[in-house]
Amino acid sequence: MARCCRRRWLLCCLLGAGSLVQAVAVEPVDSVALPEVMVTAKRPNEEVIPVQRLSGKDLERLNSNSVADALRYFSGVQVKDYGGVGGIKTVNIRSMGTNHTGVVYDGVALGNAQNGQIDLGQFSLDNVEAISLYNGQKSEILQPARDFGNAGSVYMQTRVPVFEEGRNYNARATMRFGSFDLFNPSALVELQLSERVNASLSGEWLTSSGKYKFRYKRVNPAGEVAYDTTAVRQNGDIDAMRLELNLNGTFDGGEWHLKGYHYNSERGIPGAIVNHVWRRGERQWDNNSFVQGSYRRALGRFTTLFNAKYAFYRTHYVNNDERQVAVDNLYRQRELYFSTANRFRILPQWMVGLSYDFQWNSLETDIRDFHRPDRYTNLLAVATSLNFDVVKFQGSLLATFIRDRVEGDEQVRSQSRLTPAAYVSLMPFSWLRALEFRAFVKQSFRMPTFNDLYYADMGNSKLNPERVTQYNVGVLLDRSFTHGFVRSYRFSTDAYLNFVTDKIVAYPKGQQFRWTMLNLGKVRIKGIDVAGEITVSPASRLDVTLRGQYTFQQAIDVTNPADSYYRDQIPYIPRHSGSAIVNVVWRDWGLNYSFIYVGERYNQQENIIYNHTQPWYTSDISLSRDFKVRNVSLRALVEINNLLNQDYDVIANYPMPKRNFRVTLTVGI
Amino acid sequence: MNLWFRQLIVLSAACLFCALSGCRTDEVVVPVEEEPVGEIRKDSPVKGFYLLNEGNMGSNKCSLDYYSYLTGIYSRNIYSERNPNVVKELGDVGNDLQIHNGRLYAVINCSHKVEVMDVATGIRVGQIDVPNCRYIRFNGDRGYISSYVGPVQINPSAPKGMVYEFDTETLAVTRTVTVGYQPEEMEIVGNRLYVANSGGYRAPDYDYTVSVIDLKDFRQVRQIPVAVNLHRVRKDNLNRLWVTSRGNRADIPSRIYLLEQTGANGEYEVSRRIDVPCSNLALTDSRLYYIATEWSDRTQSNEVSYGVIDLATCTPLSESFIADGTESEIAVPYGIAVHPETGDIFVTDAKNYVSSGTLYCFSATGRCKWKVRTGDIPAAIAFDLKTDELTHEAE
Repeated sequence: MARCCRRRWLLCCLLGAGSLVQAVAVEPVDSVALPEVMVTAKRPNEEVIPVQRLSGKDLERLNSNSVADALRYFSGVQVKDYGGVGGIKTVNIRSMGTNHTGVVYDGVALGNAQNGQIDLGQFSLDNVEAISLYNGQKSEILQPARDFGNAGSVYMQTRVPVFEEGRNYNARATMRFGSFDLFNPSALVELQLSERVNASLSGEWLTSSGKYKFRYKRVNPAGEVAYDTTAVRQNGDIDAMRLELNLNGTFDGGEWHLKGYHYNSERGIPGAIVNHVWRRGERQWDNNSFVQGSYRRALGRFTTLFNAKYAFYRTHYVNNDERQVAVDNLYRQRELYFSTANRFRILPQWMVGLSYDFQWNSLETDIRDFHRPDRYTNLLAVATSLNFDVVKFQGSLLATFIRDRVEGDEQVRSQSRLTPAAYVSLMPFSWLRALEFRAFVKQSFRMPTFNDLYYADMGNSKLNPERVTQYNVGVLLDRSFTHGFVRSYRFSTDAYLNFVTDKIVAYPKGQQFRWTMLNLGKVRIKGIDVAGEITVSPASRLDVTLRGQYTFQQAIDVTNPADSYYRDQIPYIPRHSGSAIVNVVWRDWGLNYSFIYVGERYNQQENIIYNHTQPWYTSDISLSRDFKVRNVSLRALVEINNLLNQDYDVIANYPMPKRNFRVTLTVGI
Repeated sequence: MNLWFRQLIVLSAACLFCALSGCRTDEVVVPVEEEPVGEIRKDSPVKGFYLLNEGNMGSNKCSLDYYSYLTGIYSRNIYSERNPNVVKELGDVGNDLQIHNGRLYAVINCSHKVEVMDVATGIRVGQIDVPNCRYIRFNGDRGYISSYVGPVQINPSAPKGMVYEFDTETLAVTRTVTVGYQPEEMEIVGNRLYVANSGGYRAPDYDYTVSVIDLKDFRQVRQIPVAVNLHRVRKDNLNRLWVTSRGNRADIPSRIYLLEQTGANGEYEVSRRIDVPCSNLALTDSRLYYIATEWSDRTQSNEVSYGVIDLATCTPLSESFIADGTESEIAVPYGIAVHPETGDIFVTDAKNYVSSGTLYCFSATGRCKWKVRTGDIPAAIAFDLKTDELTHEAE
């Protein structure tokens, strides 16, 4: 039965690499200890919805500082990176905009009601076990209503402890150091508290001066050097601490999880490099904490999932550049969230789900004219899935009711929207079950953020939600073998057409530099994502994996034929982008080469020479060696990033580091 | 099995090649774009004009355009080609442009400098470092630059602004004087410098005064109360001062004020308020042309006006100085200037601030003669005159 496959073996198990901590063998994408669940070998085709995933060893071997770095290897994704260890990194899936991307951390969505953007640079890979990216929603009907609502979703899953026979603890300590005065120790302790309860405590400290050399060079049309200057990035320092406690328990027919998360950082915001300005004075302190819990229970054909969360985010922003207006602002965000999701199996092939979420968000600031807004969101989702041999179907309908209040204002602003989604996958050939055709259509929207609506003079409380409609067709071929030269291969391609309407854009308001937000934009996105992966085993204990992905996107502004940028590619979306990874594992050695390519882009709306931004492509290489000394496993990893020393900007005037290094030492017991 | 492997390598090499075909090249200096406009006036005392495009903050896209009445060609983005060796080009957010004694001065607000160029060639002569500089005016061999940044005080969140005096020969700063909060435009009458203070960083506690600076000992002698959030100050040929207020963006609207020397000892005082909003203006001997953009919450759009004030009667003349309906094309009028010889009126459209603007040339009768694409946020215009004696400051 298709629903059984809630656990799967990692691909890396097939690679036969000596695993550092044996506990990584099971990938708990949706880990459940339900009686009906069997641990089976990874079976292709179980996802109705296109998914890309990096996990376990694959993730460890990539040269990545953060979750954002790892997401660069997914097709259809653009990462906005302002450079350096502390620079903001946000993701944009299929050009629909960062605010349409949901980010889910261990089953519960992360939120930012203030500006709708999640800085994925703040999430370290240290204890992340798997990152999955779904176009549309996750292939699951037992999930919170909120998870049905995004145009695209990133799921981050932390490690779930698994203990070897006869052991009741695991421990791991990691030390990373490298360029930019990076110093990044971390530790993880996992304890089996009782037969059915375990705990993990993970902590990390990251500090870096953020100082790196960058270079700007121009030549005359004749090819002579016009200027060539190398400088050191200033005010990009970071000092961050993360502490995370997890409690996991199981009982007959169910499981529960409890998480406490705390992140504390101080960082400089290096800012744009412009003529005569090489240093700025913006600084930011973040203090993000949340507690979340989930409870899941199966009662015969009925399964219920309960989630709750309380989050408190405090951001202190200061601009002490004496040449600019002095700013010293404090923002406090709170979120309270409850969700109940329920699934009932009517027939072995037919399931229905019903989810209800309640969410409360508030924002307090000390900015004048930014009164305290509150938002109450109620979400109700119904979903169904049908699984037959040849065809699988999933459909959902989400109703969203939102009420906003602003302190000191009697008026309550209400919005409600109904957004459907339908997914179908087809495996027409019984002799080639590995071949699957799939299609989906989905509507979604994003609410205007508190900044869009209420920010002092700029906010516009008359805004409507920004809407997205997606159409996708694709094909997937996925096979794995236990013997032979080729151990597995996977190839997928999807073509899609997205429309963004009522896009929220900043619009000049009155005289001078005043802006307001209006539902003005229309964007049409046509894209193709291609991804392939093959693992071969040319000799004993030698495995070679090749991964590649390519994205084509035509994302054009179709707002108004009178605009000078009508039908021009929208800013920072390359037509062509892609990545390639070669991974070689021989005995205890691992070699990884990764290449990322982002084609030419325009940094403003008009596709003219003055807005042109050059393509960039970087090569990263890493070498690892695993050792085993009695019961202690050791691992050393050396990384060289930007091997060819390319001087590039992802965002214009935000230079990226030249060649840089990192060394990671891990000890596990 | 090896065949498989070889095929794989060939395949991945092919993929890599495809990707690499879109390679980086050496970044070439920002090129000039030339566009024939056609209006040629070889015998005019006005050889042409420079136009400064502000560029959005952080984009480093402040750019300089030039129109030549000798060739009828509009040249976009001339700075980089004339000065290829300047690291990171002209800079971030231009704010003012003036010509004085054969030199072109561009005030680059977020690059904290005034770029000094030769008028004839556009080649850089030097720069004056002034933090958060706003506007520049001249008096003989001295130049004056207003700056938002004043001395650090006990309450650093609200420092007063300053005016920097510099020597036009050496480009060295000679004296500074503390004025009101966030000073904007300045005007010189006799031996006095008049500075419009905005207090924009202190909203809603805006400044509301014009600072009067004695140029001899360079100190503030008094402050004339006018209205909140002052911006422009220009003198007419009767030495009257026209001062604009941006209002408080709530209940106090933007207005134009007339200051005359009616006080004791001939001090300037507000003599009249003209009840029209104003975001920018240009003066001739007999007229004041103004443009205004005001946001309407009710219609969720900008309400734009193009007006004329008769300097003899100090009353608005007609509703609009555009007579042919071209105003419907203009999204956000931003800069305005009047041709010193023909009386043609130039209006720039800043559109959405993050795309190329448009420069419109209207005849004195309000007919659109031509228009041309500019850089981002076309703002200030400085006319290039044949003789230095005729140097005329217009914006």
